[in-house]
Amino acid sequence: MNLFRRYFSVGRGRGPAMPGTAGPVLSGAGRGQSGPAKPEPGPGGLEAAASGPLGPYRDASRLPGAGPGQEGPGSAGPAAEIGAVPGRMFLQRFQRHKLGVAGAIALGVMALAALLAPLIAPYDPNAVTDSFGEGPSLRHWLGTDPIGRDMLSRLIYAARVSLAAGLGAMAIAAAIGTLLGLIAGYAGGWIDNVIMRVTDIFMAFPYLMLILVVASLVGPGLTNIILILGLLGWPAVARLVRGNVLAIKQADYVTAAVALGLSRTRILLRHILPNTVAPILIYATSGVAGAILDEAALSFLGLGVQPPDASWGNMLASAQSLTVLTSQPWLWVPPGVAIIVTVLAVNFVGDALRDALDPRNRH
Amino acid sequence: MLTYVLRRLLTAVPVLLGVTVINFIIMRMAPGNPVDMLVSPKLPAAAAEARRLALGLNEPAYVQYGLWLKNLLLHGDLGYSLITYEPVTRVIFDRMGPTLLLMGTALALGLLVAVPLGVLSATRQYSKLDYLASTGSFLGLSVPGFFLGLGLIYLFAIQLQWLPSGGMTELGGSGGFVDRLRHLILPALVLAAAVAGRCIRYVRSSMLEILGHDYLRTARAKGVRETLVVGRHAMRNALIPIVTVIGLEMSVLLGGAVVVEQVFAWPGIGQLTLSSIMSRDYSTLMGLNLVAAVSVIAVNLATDFIYAAVDPRVRTSYEGEGAA
Repeated sequence: MNLFRRYFSVGRGRGPAMPGTAGPVLSGAGRGQSGPAKPEPGPGGLEAAASGPLGPYRDASRLPGAGPGQEGPGSAGPAAEIGAVPGRMFLQRFQRHKLGVAGAIALGVMALAALLAPLIAPYDPNAVTDSFGEGPSLRHWLGTDPIGRDMLSRLIYAARVSLAAGLGAMAIAAAIGTLLGLIAGYAGGWIDNVIMRVTDIFMAFPYLMLILVVASLVGPGLTNIILILGLLGWPAVARLVRGNVLAIKQADYVTAAVALGLSRTRILLRHILPNTVAPILIYATSGVAGAILDEAALSFLGLGVQPPDASWGNMLASAQSLTVLTSQPWLWVPPGVAIIVTVLAVNFVGDALRDALDPRNRH
Repeated sequence: MLTYVLRRLLTAVPVLLGVTVINFIIMRMAPGNPVDMLVSPKLPAAAAEARRLALGLNEPAYVQYGLWLKNLLLHGDLGYSLITYEPVTRVIFDRMGPTLLLMGTALALGLLVAVPLGVLSATRQYSKLDYLASTGSFLGLSVPGFFLGLGLIYLFAIQLQWLPSGGMTELGGSGGFVDRLRHLILPALVLAAAVAGRCIRYVRSSMLEILGHDYLRTARAKGVRETLVVGRHAMRNALIPIVTVIGLEMSVLLGGAVVVEQVFAWPGIGQLTLSSIMSRDYSTLMGLNLVAAVSVIAVNLATDFIYAAVDPRVRTSYEGEGAA
């Protein structure tokens, strides 16, 4: 499990000079010790600290480091405190995070339901039954919509949409971002400059607005949404990876690998990449949560998954009509709750991962 | 400080230019043609062609871009709406106020909740309050704005009938301060919940880092009261980084505003964005996207400057890098 080794290193990121280390969540806010990290002389940075895989902001590298007063702005953070988090220990720690375990279970159930939807769902999600807009009953546990479709079946099928959007979009974003981040961080020079400038440009657009505009241009639909969210979501990953690569590049074992005459690709893929997997993973969980919310918002606004296909977002769109909102709560409360539960579960898992993977977290 | 400001401004220029290029490329991808939507199919092809020429839609892409950029830089002109023929700059400007009001209120409300909660949960780490606050922050992150908005409308506008369900003023009403305030509360609450959710953990962790410091121990050893140690010595340093969060919020809030304005029929930038999308008003959309991106860059620059002004370490490190 040396995958997780040495991931917690800090490099110089892009944003403005932020003293300190990784984002506060990783180092400080974890439920573990937030004990003072030792200041470490580092490659004095105009832009310190990009490696914090932070939750809600894409532009996390701009955030203040964990220790605004602690480390000089030039310090490279607690790169010295890196240790291994072996597999068994990782599991133990993950289990200690009760909400994280609950989230993992909830996601497991949800994924199972999505996979087995045709077996579980009582009706075809698009089939019209003989009851129209009726409340929950024994025949239709969550009622039917005005067209006569079974809401529970639609809810279950819509889980597929949300999970696919979340995982698919993040996978694309992570792949592009990791590749560009690796190249930028390792190559340096003008290549780095160009890549990071492009990243800056993409970051400047308010995310949701840009997505909306692009979605309106390329047209709605699940595949398009996944592609859009993925193709526009990479900049945050690229910055994160680049920051880590910059820090890892200076590690002795990389110098050793260079001295041994190993090829660049090999050093990148075998020595550097494995050591930045953990922060990517942590970022990716919050990215999945974000992508699920974005898909729901797009579908709600009518630019995402189109009826008759069910998505939690477009199921909620019907509640914009006053009669549905007041007298047919079964049409809009369940999909809303489903979104909340899913996103919450993903976020809890992310938080548990963060705690479990932070090698400084030794209880 | 001046060097720092100048350097930051200089690095912003290529980004700004890039933003205009990307914006233009995206708009060029637009399917269909606004003229087709404007004119009736019965119109002779020549007349439609004339309209296309008048709008400059037949020029090659780079010529259109150059013209557009020149007009923008020289006259602050973003062209005319393809649908209403109003100047885009004015259309956007008219809608800016309500959105800024909404975002500003939400940001203030959100921070008003997040700062005390974050500080308290840091000083009482692992207490019930701490867990409550972090669970609450996760909830704020995970509830989609449109669902929260619908829930609030259901509760406060329909069931309790305390507040209006949408719009910015009562139809035929006075449009006075109280009227606006009543309309503002619900949408601002929705955005504020998200702001608080995002910020609580930053405040907490920033505070936690500070609390371990020697100078606080010194203060305590000198017999300074704990409330003063936390309230004055610690908070002052812990809250500086929050300035940056405000810059980040700008971008996220603008996105959130699109959704919330739609739910609450709030006549701002977000609603304009959606209606422009629906009517394929690309020149307005382009202007909107550009204004949004430029505001984000500007606010981030501003917060960087503020940060550098209060925390000298930031700018010295920046200059250090430049010399290296």
